Amino acid sequence: MSATTLTLPSVNRRSSLRILLNEMRYEVIRSLRTKAFSLSAIGFPIMFYCLFGLIMNRNENMSAGVSVAKYLLGSYAVFGSLGAAIFGIGIGVAMDRNAGWLELKQASPMPPLAYVLSKCTMAVVFSIIIVSALTVLGITLGHVSLTFAEFAHIALFAAVGAVPFSCLGLAMAFLAPAASAGGIANMIYLPMSFLSGLWMPLRFLPHILQTIAPIFPTYHLAQLMYAALGAPSLGSTVSHWLSLLGFTLVMLGVTWLAFRRLEQNS
Amino acid sequence: MSAVLDPIQTSPYSATLTDVASLANITKRYANGVIALDNVSLTLRRGEIVALLGPNGAGKSTAVKLLMGLSAPTNGTVRIFNADPRHTATRLRTGVMLQVGKAPEMLRVREHINIFRGYYPDPMPYEDLVRAAGLEGIESRMFGQLSGGQKQRVLFALALAGDPDLIFLDEPTVGLDIESRRGMWTEIRSLAARGKTVLLTTHYLEEADALAHRIIVINKGRVICEGTPAEVKSLGAASTGASTSRTLKIIRCVTDLPTPTLLSIPGVTTAELTAGITVISSTEPERTLREMLALDQNLHSLEVASPALEDAFLALTSNS
Repeated sequence: MSATTLTLPSVNRRSSLRILLNEMRYEVIRSLRTKAFSLSAIGFPIMFYCLFGLIMNRNENMSAGVSVAKYLLGSYAVFGSLGAAIFGIGIGVAMDRNAGWLELKQASPMPPLAYVLSKCTMAVVFSIIIVSALTVLGITLGHVSLTFAEFAHIALFAAVGAVPFSCLGLAMAFLAPAASAGGIANMIYLPMSFLSGLWMPLRFLPHILQTIAPIFPTYHLAQLMYAALGAPSLGSTVSHWLSLLGFTLVMLGVTWLAFRRLEQNS
Repeated sequence: MSAVLDPIQTSPYSATLTDVASLANITKRYANGVIALDNVSLTLRRGEIVALLGPNGAGKSTAVKLLMGLSAPTNGTVRIFNADPRHTATRLRTGVMLQVGKAPEMLRVREHINIFRGYYPDPMPYEDLVRAAGLEGIESRMFGQLSGGQKQRVLFALALAGDPDLIFLDEPTVGLDIESRRGMWTEIRSLAARGKTVLLTTHYLEEADALAHRIIVINKGRVICEGTPAEVKSLGAASTGASTSRTLKIIRCVTDLPTPTLLSIPGVTTAELTAGITVISSTEPERTLREMLALDQNLHSLEVASPALEDAFLALTSNS
């Protein structure tokens, strides 16, 4: 090293990718190991599906000849994806922020995107696990007939749908004070699920609630699921994807602003 | 007033590289109007351990955050290895230990270490890291199962993971037992001996006294004192009204000599009688003692000590 030049090691693309994959791998491992989270994130949608789809409404059909058990596969896949994102990311990142762990990661040479993408990957993985578990239950216990193409569609939708939910989780994590993160998570999770028609189909809800349902990303993802399952659905595919994209961008913007505000005030 | 240490003597080729990090005329004002740092300048050099001291709210965390690249100054420049710490690439040569309330609990110790080692192009070998942080035997445990002291040692390992040249340690030995604390001190000293730079913040002044080559005292956003531990102690005593920068000693004894007499003895700067014990500070302790012992044959329970850094610190921060 000469006396006048200081060489800093360079960050090359290959090592960034390696760091990202590592971060993703360990985040998934960690969250699966956290039994309190993983069992409830996977267990809740299973529980509701068994109750509303397999035990009650047995052998009943929706108007297009699709069984309720098949229809509710879509509903609870969305429900499960939302839960994984809100509780895993919304609360998880809020806790990390509160504990100073996020600051430590920021002070390290880890590219910040690696953290965000690893959390998103966790939500995607959980979504796939949930939709698979629901499908197995539906086929074995609910006499649901599902083609592989249909399953591939809903699994893909669940995985991709985890992205807007993850962005919602991130926005929550940077806006909500850590102590109230749990309460806020529930206040978003349950009303949003209900008002999107995940528990009771929208047509059973009062008209006014039916008109506001499209503001929720869960509504749009659910409609895409129902369409893929051959069940009655509202709206066009394109409009739903655009809405989900729009929601994602809005949430990312909110997260960015909240993050900047925190940075300037601390 | 500041007494600045001479640059550490290094080999001729790296003579121009002794400045590892600097804050130059830094002012940091927050959105709510609070001025956390007011025209602060400080420099960190190769191979030195610098302790940053100050009461809560003094601006220490702000200064360290600026150096870590976690925030930007309102005015002035921050430099690490002649680059901006806000760039990720600059941090490839730094390691950080912060007071973390909760780290991911369902990852094993070795997984935590390997994740952080993966951030650096040339990390410290895994076995060396485990040894340096005293983590032998607990590598397979989940972080959540560790005791407080063990968690601290893991965080220390994360700071050293990249074999960094500049290390920030925030309250590194909080919650550690004596053995672990001494072990960490030994490791910190060896870091400096290998030419690395350590910036330490601690409320445990004995630690600053034991480890630091140089102490910087900050209060209310300004540097109020800078120097070796001995210099800071003398300056602290000096700021209580005593004479300037001569090395002070504290003499404690039980004596009948009245305070006015004591104050007239050469070298004595202050004299106080508290609960039967006379406490004297003197710039010429041997001469003072000779006089006192001659004047009072019944003088007993004699103790002569260096001024405590704590007293100097309190004096410095209460005066500013």
